[in-house]
This record gives sequence, C-alpha cells and structure tokens, in this order.
Amino acid sequence: MSMKFDRPMNWKELPAGCLIDEAATSLRFKTGDWRSMRPVWNSEKCIHCLLCWISCPDSAIKVENEKITGIDYNYCKGCGICASICPPKASAIEMIREEK
Amino acid sequence: MKTVAKTGNEAMAYAMKQINPDVVAAYPITPATEVVQIFSNYVADGEVDTEFVAVESEHSALSACVGASIAGGRVMTSTSSQGLALMHEILYIAAGNRLPIVIALVNRSLSAPINIHCDHSDTMGSREAGWMHLYCANSQEAYDSLIIALKTAEATAVPAIVSTDAFILSHAMERLEVLEYSDVQNFIGEYKPRFSALDLENPKTYGPLDLQDYFFEHKRAQIDDFSKVLDAYDKAAKDYAELSGRYYPAVEEYKTEGAEVAIFAAGSTADTAKEVVDDLREQGRKVGLVRMRMWRPLPVEQIKATLGKFKAVAVMDRSDTMADFGGPVFLETRGMLYDSEEKPLITDYVYGLGGRNIELTDIARVYDDIEQVANTGKIEKLITYLGVRGEK
Amino acid sequence: MATLKELSKRKEGLVGGHRACAGCGGSATIRQVLLAAGDKPTVVGIATGCMEVATTIFPYTAWNVNLVHNAFENSAATVSGIEAAYKVLKRKGKIKDDIQFIAFGGDGGTYDIGLQALSGAIERRHKMLYVCYDNEAYMNTGYQRSSATPYCAHTTTSPAGTKIPGKAQWRKDLTEIVIAHDPAYAAQATPGYYMDLIRKVEKALAADGPSFINVLSPCVPGWGYPSDQTVNISKLAVETLFWPLYEWQDGSYKINMKPREPKPLVDFLKLQARFRHLFKPGNEHLVEEFQAKVNRRWEVLLRKEQATSA
Ligand code: SF4
Ligand code: SF4
Repeated sequence: MSMKFDRPMNWKELPAGCLIDEAATSLRFKTGDWRSMRPVWNSEKCIHCLLCWISCPDSAIKVENEKITGIDYNYCKGCGICASICPPKASAIEMIREEK
Repeated sequence: MKTVAKTGNEAMAYAMKQINPDVVAAYPITPATEVVQIFSNYVADGEVDTEFVAVESEHSALSACVGASIAGGRVMTSTSSQGLALMHEILYIAAGNRLPIVIALVNRSLSAPINIHCDHSDTMGSREAGWMHLYCANSQEAYDSLIIALKTAEATAVPAIVSTDAFILSHAMERLEVLEYSDVQNFIGEYKPRFSALDLENPKTYGPLDLQDYFFEHKRAQIDDFSKVLDAYDKAAKDYAELSGRYYPAVEEYKTEGAEVAIFAAGSTADTAKEVVDDLREQGRKVGLVRMRMWRPLPVEQIKATLGKFKAVAVMDRSDTMADFGGPVFLETRGMLYDSEEKPLITDYVYGLGGRNIELTDIARVYDDIEQVANTGKIEKLITYLGVRGEK
Repeated sequence: MATLKELSKRKEGLVGGHRACAGCGGSATIRQVLLAAGDKPTVVGIATGCMEVATTIFPYTAWNVNLVHNAFENSAATVSGIEAAYKVLKRKGKIKDDIQFIAFGGDGGTYDIGLQALSGAIERRHKMLYVCYDNEAYMNTGYQRSSATPYCAHTTTSPAGTKIPGKAQWRKDLTEIVIAHDPAYAAQATPGYYMDLIRKVEKALAADGPSFINVLSPCVPGWGYPSDQTVNISKLAVETLFWPLYEWQDGSYKINMKPREPKPLVDFLKLQARFRHLFKPGNEHLVEEFQAKVNRRWEVLLRKEQATSA
C-alpha cells in the first residue's frame, strides 16, 4: 500500500506491476457531485425493509444493525431508484432538486 | 548429469518436467505439439505436480497462464506460429502485468500461405510485446535455455520465450546432457511471486484501466524493469555454467579472432554456418560467425563491440519486415551501429522462409559476397533473397 | 438462504465512488452477486467492458475483493487459470483457505467474443461461477448490437431506419447454450428480483462444478429510460415473460416466477427509447410478432419444465 492520492504519482512511485495495491480506493473519489436530484430519507416513515439498500447501484445507503441510518451523499448519484422502490405504505424517500 | 538422446521438443518437455511448474495451460500446434503431449504424459503419470489445463485455443492458453501467474503460480506453456499470433494480444498483457511466464516455442512461419516449417516470422512479429527472447541453435541449448530463462524471468518479473527451429531442431534427435532434478530445482529455487490474487489479506485490483494520466507512467516503469533483464540473464547464465559446465552468452562469437568479415545469424543456421567457417578458415580466409542468441532485450553493447570489429557483416534474417527494407535483424543491427565510430558495412540475406533449406553452399556464397564487400568497400546489393527460385 | 438483514451485515464487495452511470443495472447486479457470495473468500475475474472500465480507473478501484482483469474475450479462461493455480497451491499446502471463484462478463464479452472461452471453461469443469451481466448491447463502446440484443431494438449498429426497424434477428439464447454443456448449475435472473438472484448465486457457488447465471441488467442510456426505473424495468422484463426467471440443475428445469396474469410485452417495451419506433403507426405487426415469439418461447420453457420435472 504505497499509493499516493493527493497528487499524480511519477513512474517510480507506482506499485510494482500493473495493479492497484489496495482495495476500495474509489471511496476517495466522490461521485456525489454528479447528482441533480437528491434523495431525502425520512427516518420516521422508514420501515427498514432494506429494499432501497439492496437496489442501490452505488452502495450509498447506510445500514447499521439491520437498520437504515441515512444516505451517503459522497457517492449517491441521485438515480432515484431508492425512492421509486420504497414501498408505498412507507414512502420514506423523496427526491428533491439539488441546490447548486 | 547424464547423457540422453532427445529431439528439441523432447528436450524442452524434459526441462519443463524438471522445472515442475504449478500450471501449464496449452493447446496443440504443429510442430510444438509434442512438447504439450509429452508433458501431459508426465502429468498423467504423476511425474510432476502440475495442474495441466487443456484449453480450447492458444488465446485461452495464455489467458489461463495470466490468471494462474497472477494467482501466484509458476507457469509455463508451449506454442508455435499461428498459436503465438493468436496469443499476441495476451503477450502484451502478461508482460504489462509483470508475469514471469515462460513459453517453450518452436519457430514456424505465419500464414498465408499456410506452412508448418521453420522461419522466424512468428516471434519477430512479437518483438515489441515485452518478452525476453532466446533463439536456440540445438536441443542441448533449448533444454538449458528454458531453465536459465525461467530463472531470469522470475528474477525480473519479465516473461520469456525460448525457441527452436521447426523440424530442424524440434524433431531432430541429438545427444544431450541433462541435469538431475534436484540440481534444476536448487538452481531455480522456490518461486516467490511478487503478488498473488489468492492473497486474501490484501485484496488488489489487477489489470486496472489507465487513462491518459497514468498509462505512460506504467509503460515507463515496465521499460525500466525490462532494462534489468540483460544483467539478470548474465548472472543466471554464469551460475548455470557453474552447475552444468555450459555457458551461453547473450551473443556468441565463433572464430572471430582475426576475422575481417562475419555472418550474424540466429538459430540452427548459426550452427550450420560454423561448419562453413571451419572449412573457409582452413583455406586461410578471415571469416567468423556471430550468433545472436538473445534478441530481447537487445544486447546492444555486446553486439556493437562484437560487430564493430569487422569490415563487413552479412545479417541472416529468417523473416522479412514487409517494410521493403529487409529483415528485422538487419534493420535493428544497422540501427545499433549507427553511432559507432568503427562500424562494418552491413548487408542482409533473407533466407529459409517456410522451411526452405539453407545449404552449406548458400552460406559459403554469403561469405564470398561479404568478402567482396569488405575488399571493395562497396555494397552492390543491400538485400538478397537467398535460396528462392527466380532470384540470383 | 441469507436474508436482507443478514446480507446487510456483510462487507460490500463493490463500494461506491465508481463511475458507472446513475441507476446502472450492471452495478446493481455485481453488488448483489458479491453480497450473496460475501460470506466466503471470493476471488473475481472480469472481462473488459462497462463494469470493468467504470470500477477500476487507476488509482481508484471500487472492488473490495481481489479482482483480475485480463482482456475482453477471456474472463472465463483467466479464471480457469486462477482456479488451476489455486488447486495446485492448495495441494502443496501453500494456500489454506477455501476460496470461491466468480468470473464476470457483459453480453458482448460472453455471448459474442468470449463465448469460446466460456464454453471451454465449462467443458473443463473448472469450479467457478460465471455471471453474465447482460445489458443487451455493447454499451461500453456506445450501444452497438450484440447477439444478446433483442428483436427490433434500436442500437447504433442496428439503427431503426426507414427501411429496417432496428435489429432484424432474435437474440441468441445463451442460457440454453450453456445448459447444453451440462454445467453443475445454470439460471437466469435479474436484480429487480434480488432475492431470487441472491438465492441463485448461493446455489451456484455451492454446486460442485462450473455454474452460470445470466443476469438481465438494465442500462439507463442504452435502453433509454429514466434512471429511477431500473428496478421497475427489471421486474417488468419478468412479468411480461420477456426474461423468464428459471434455473436448471441435474437435467431439470424450474421456472422460478410464473406470473398469474402475464403483463403485455408493450408494458416493457414502451418505457424504453430503443423500442420507441415500434409504436409508430404501421409497426403494429412488429409488436405482435414480438409478443407472439415471447409467448412461444415461454410455452417451450413450460414444456421443458414439465418434461424434466421429477
Ligand atoms: S438515489 Fe440512487 S444512488 Fe442515491 S441512494 Fe438512491 S439508489 Fe442510491
Ligand atoms: S425502501 Fe423505504 S422503507 Fe425500505 S428501508 Fe429503504 S427507505 Fe426504508
């Protein structure tokens, strides 16, 4: 784990070979600014069915102890799947326009 | 050490047996089929520990080798001609990933027309893929070279090709000396991969995508790794000489002392030319031979120092670049010597395509020609197609 | 089978920060497959394609497991080699853990250019799960037709023109081709039916030999629908019988979802720009033909299930 992320590495600093020598380094890359719509989660309405969590393509729904705790706006791209899939009886996620 | 009789293919298969790689993934192709066939017998009889993957194409052969090597295995395969061409894409990927895979290869022409006999167009077509490459002149050398190449490859994380000439070497029986299994194992040592995709502690991403911001840096680092191959080879070849009594320099000189002209050739033709040199030397002619054994990386300084001594050199190319400027060895040799103060006149002889026999008289004629060039200081004909009907 | 609650405690195999499009069905597929596999050590291979490109841009990888990318057409061959090395290193005692292997490829890398490598790997019985994330065209290069592209779909190389209304041919039935290899397990799934997919991954990984799951993975820009509709469209594909959920093991077919009242195919088609031209006047017959063919194939599948049920 020798990689640098704060500036471009020169060729002598690259990990030997053709590889990324750490897992999950994309967590340093924030895709949240792609969003034009923002999902807003309502903890009071949520029934914690986890449907939104299993369907999110960006692993952006936070879960702790089997319960949703919120949305990780660092990675959420605002696709709206979570809001569209949340059961009508809960309707715990609302999509709102992102303030720029 | 014991003496045995083996063909080139048998010698290479036997070296593979003594290397006892973790994985061999291979596909049959004439004239290298026997290497795979003999090796699969070793597997079937439990004489090796290898996992043999009988893939459905050469492309998958090298692809599986890449997977096995990234997984941390010691990996070998064997192929020829169209098979190497089908592997072409993956040759670059293996080298870029620094996977020390070794290919026991038999040189055969490339289609069209389809032909199963020797020339060097298959490996010459892969010369920019980032593999070390050794051309062998006989079965003994093929056996020894696979062992030396494996050691060099693993020391530098650069893959290697060791090749013999189709039928001329691959199917011709020769006497050779082989080492004991334990000596080979001690020489190559236990393989310690630089990384392994089976290492669960530190998950990594192998073969990622580079955009404009990193591709060049990765290539530069690869070129740097490649620049260390020659020294690693020299060390391995010297260590091997201590063990076996057989030393293989990257560039071999034969009767060059006092020679004014030389042939620069690779493969079995170089061994044939030695006979001609012996004859001509007896007649008092100042001729010698330089054999190009290592072609990648180019042993530039050694070639410059060696060839720089002659007045004229005839390069023997067993393939053509289709650049309308002769063969690849010719082109690169002229390039290497361009800056030399002392440099010979250099002509090219493209010969032996598709297994066309090269006779002793052909080689003698090359010496006649090159002596004339040396004497007159003039090149009458830069590129000659030697031994083809309709050509002088 | 693991419940959602149990899965939610596992480590994510694919984390955020990758560059797939918003609402990408392929990312959802890969994420669910890795969650389902996630209770055991897993090593993954992937073919060149959308998912590889979007998730491994140096120095950023979205993978939390060992991932090997080699080339486009050789995901199955590459993982064959990894599995072979694993077997020998395990025999030699150099590896202690039990590791499972998954190879991913898109439909281009699986139905088309990688079909030979897949066929070879299954025939050789490598113990690996091959997952095709099938988004029905070459999306990575800009939506060109593949042999998985459905009838009439507009792609950039099967454009809906004035003379030819999109792709003229029916799609290749890859799942059946794989079944002809007698694998240890084969199935079709889609991430809208996530529990079905998760169960199939568990079953495939538990099977003793090569297994295959063909996962229909909707593509927002390639299919042309709003990004929040990925799961909905994935479900409609099943409910309209366009993409039957079924599995095959030991010679028996089992259909996992039989809609009591199948929805008309148009419900699936009309949401997608790639089928928009089918709704122009004069093209009614194409929709009818499409529907008739879907019905016919569904009936064949029902008969196969009936004929092979114990
Ligand atoms: S909007 Fe899309 S990316 Fe954001 S949390 Fe919901 S499903 Fe995930
Ligand atoms: S889908 Fe809705 S109800 Fe279910 S966990 Fe997500 S926010 Fe809560």
